[in-house]
Amino acid sequence: MKTLTKAATTGLLFGVGGVYLALVGLLEMMQARPIVFGAVNLGQAVLALLALACGAVAARDAGPAFARAGAGLLGGLLAGALMALLQVIVATVPLQGMFIAASPALRNMLAFGFAPGPGALAMLLGGGIGGLAGAVLAVSVPSLRRAIVAGAAAVVIAGVFQELIQLMIQYEGIIGWIRDFVYTWQGLRPQGAVAIFVIAGGTSLVLSHRSSAGHVPSPDQRRRRRFISAGVALLVLVLMPLLAGAYIGEVLMLVGLYILMGMGLNLEVGLAGLLDLGFVAFFAVGAYTTALLMSGSSIGLLHLSYWEAMPIAVLVSILGGVLFGLPVLGVRGDYLAVATLGLGEIVRIVVLSDFAAPLLGGPQGVLDIPKPSIGSFELGSPVKLFYLTLVCAGVAAFIAWRLENSRLGRAWEALRDDEDVAQALGVNLIRSKLLAYGLGAAFAGLGGSIFATMLGSVYPSSFQLLISINVLALIIVGGMGSLPGVVLGAIALIGLPELLREFGEYRYLFYGAALIVMMRWKPEGLWPSEVRSRELHAAAGEAEPVAAMEPG
Amino acid sequence: MAEASLLLCRRLTRRFGGIAALTDLDLEVASGAIHSIIGPNGAGKTTVFNCITQNLSPTSGEVWFRSDRIDGLTPDRVAAAGISRTYQNIRLFRNITAIENLLVGMHLHVHSHWWGAVLGTPHTKREEARAHAEALKLLHFIDLAGRGDLLARNLAYGEQRRLEIGRALATRPKLLLLDEPTAGMNPHETSRMMAFIQRVRAEFDITILLIEHQMRVVMGMSDRVTVLDHGAKIAEGTPPEVQGDPAVIEAYLGVKSAAPTAARDHAASLLGAAASER
Ligand SMILES: Nc1ncnc2c1ncn2[C@@H]1O[C@H](COP(=O)(O)OP(=O)(O)O)[C@@H](O)[C@H]1O
Ligand SMILES: [Mg+2]
Repeated sequence: MKTLTKAATTGLLFGVGGVYLALVGLLEMMQARPIVFGAVNLGQAVLALLALACGAVAARDAGPAFARAGAGLLGGLLAGALMALLQVIVATVPLQGMFIAASPALRNMLAFGFAPGPGALAMLLGGGIGGLAGAVLAVSVPSLRRAIVAGAAAVVIAGVFQELIQLMIQYEGIIGWIRDFVYTWQGLRPQGAVAIFVIAGGTSLVLSHRSSAGHVPSPDQRRRRRFISAGVALLVLVLMPLLAGAYIGEVLMLVGLYILMGMGLNLEVGLAGLLDLGFVAFFAVGAYTTALLMSGSSIGLLHLSYWEAMPIAVLVSILGGVLFGLPVLGVRGDYLAVATLGLGEIVRIVVLSDFAAPLLGGPQGVLDIPKPSIGSFELGSPVKLFYLTLVCAGVAAFIAWRLENSRLGRAWEALRDDEDVAQALGVNLIRSKLLAYGLGAAFAGLGGSIFATMLGSVYPSSFQLLISINVLALIIVGGMGSLPGVVLGAIALIGLPELLREFGEYRYLFYGAALIVMMRWKPEGLWPSEVRSRELHAAAGEAEPVAAMEPG
Repeated sequence: MAEASLLLCRRLTRRFGGIAALTDLDLEVASGAIHSIIGPNGAGKTTVFNCITQNLSPTSGEVWFRSDRIDGLTPDRVAAAGISRTYQNIRLFRNITAIENLLVGMHLHVHSHWWGAVLGTPHTKREEARAHAEALKLLHFIDLAGRGDLLARNLAYGEQRRLEIGRALATRPKLLLLDEPTAGMNPHETSRMMAFIQRVRAEFDITILLIEHQMRVVMGMSDRVTVLDHGAKIAEGTPPEVQGDPAVIEAYLGVKSAAPTAARDHAASLLGAAASER
């Protein structure tokens, strides 16, 4: 009975989710992105994914195999029924006055091209089959399941990002031959999709077979593997703009800036537990300081070079961070979020005000900021600036990593867990908190400084609250207090939406969904911060037997 | 115990709104002693600790430690002066490891700056290595060797209690305040904890002010006992002196002095039994 209710509610929930995606217009838009040219598009893939996930979730904890299959089937059928109902309603009732997306094209898609009646039946059937398949997949051998998921994911990536990938492999010879086998100019060929599925799935199978045949990897090995994969990812990051050109360079540049800011906010929120919604203020301080020091326009102050302006901008940002921290020293928890929100807005409004206009340029901003140059080599393009950002992010990561493992970092972590106790142990709250704000601000200011020289101009409208929220969101998704998490979070929340540009208006829908999913299933983030082993760190090898002399 | 007093509270008072949690308390803790504060729930024992460590500021009254007045300081300055405490409900830093908890406790005695850590200066490395060695020693003392890399929240209850004491010791206090260290323990665990506390005093050569709810527990090991009820001191002295005090028996049983003799006998036997238990 409980299984039944759960399957039914799951089905209804997923159905409602599908209806929602359809009515906001996302499904129809996804339909325009082919995965396999002429065969499968992103919209259909998402529908299939919904049905599969619905079946898998409905079947979870449902007991014996047949019960699970039944639960998956029921969930899928119900979800399909809702979608079918939507299709029939769209066909019969003129809904478009209310929902602009409820178009004949949507109906056509939801009916798989059939008339309303047979279309509804097809959707119902499709939902049922998908749910059943999801349930079966959920109970199947883990290695097989992983292989299928890996294969499907590879096909989706190869299809959705076909333009980018094709751009990267414009070569003759063997690479050209492979390209022509896998892709046409418009997209993935069916034969290419099959090949990719087989290769990715097969690789996954081989890997999981190898790891299950051998011994279980020790934590040390796992760590090493993790860091090797991180190194490979970094290498790809470095080479990517060279291979993929300016557009990717711009996207990566943006990702790099967010990584830089993420490292800074991570000190505040991730380590010291000081929730900060006004973080964009430091970014603005860095950008404006750089702009004023470098600008060739009439409000430019000193016409410094970038290498002179940047350190000053960072110092001013630190000062800004400390001044920002002072009024909120005694504020805790939720109140802190609200107070910092206010402070961040104040900075933007001050910049916009008539009072500061003669100095900061008001809404017109500061123009004519030169690019940095090394000797006669000018870092003019976004790709070149991306490398500057990458170097800065590397330095920032190093500093953050060293701080994390220091006396100050421990004091921050203590503060995060219990402020009163930390103070009772001798931690100076004022000093530690101001250092967190100041050092966090330094990273954001550095980001702002690069931002200013990249755009060549700064305007108050560039420093919206949304930037603060983006940075916070990427830390949460990546994993609070985790440096690799910052990188992953920035790629997932900043890079990915940038690559899927046509869905730009749905960006925050995606954010919301990503945050909810993360909080529900993986609250510790994509790459959680690791527990440092310090006791056995020094005395490695001499693994002391645990003296389990525990009273009770 | 003719030594000079280490801690002196004078007419210490703390009110919460209209409620007086503590009224005109005079308390003198002799150097090197194990001094216990007992009293029923809500008597104001924890409030005494909060007022000493300045987690709460006293409404009125004075707190002297050695020859300095410490009321009005911030808690971190009190810690630096040499007072450290544990909490009735364990308050570890739950999301960091056991050894990191100890290292936070050493905060006052690790002399390095954040920029030294960023640059990796030899001085910082030396300080870290020294702190690490000291933390290992402490970990061994609190019987947690081999468990140091576990997150504090994953330790067993008794381990958490000892870790909290270890963390307090890491600040190198002259006066250690323990708030009901045996709360939630069975009699066997309780007697082990009491033995451990005596070991702490011997090894670290410090003064201990101990709060206990069950008075029999501390009778055997206290040099001096102060009894609180309704925020005021109702008795003070050596354990035998306090045990015989009618006001104490009354406070513990919540009966008027005209109470049936059976109850009095029961209370007396309770106290007496504790004395013979040592
Ligand atoms: N922070 C506080 N706010 C309000 N009342 C408090 C606070 N702390 C303690 N009290 C009150 O003060 C009295 C003494 O509490 P406490 O010192 O915790 O007693 P004990 O530790 O002896 O059990 C109780 O009546 C309690 O309700
Ligand atoms: Mg108490």
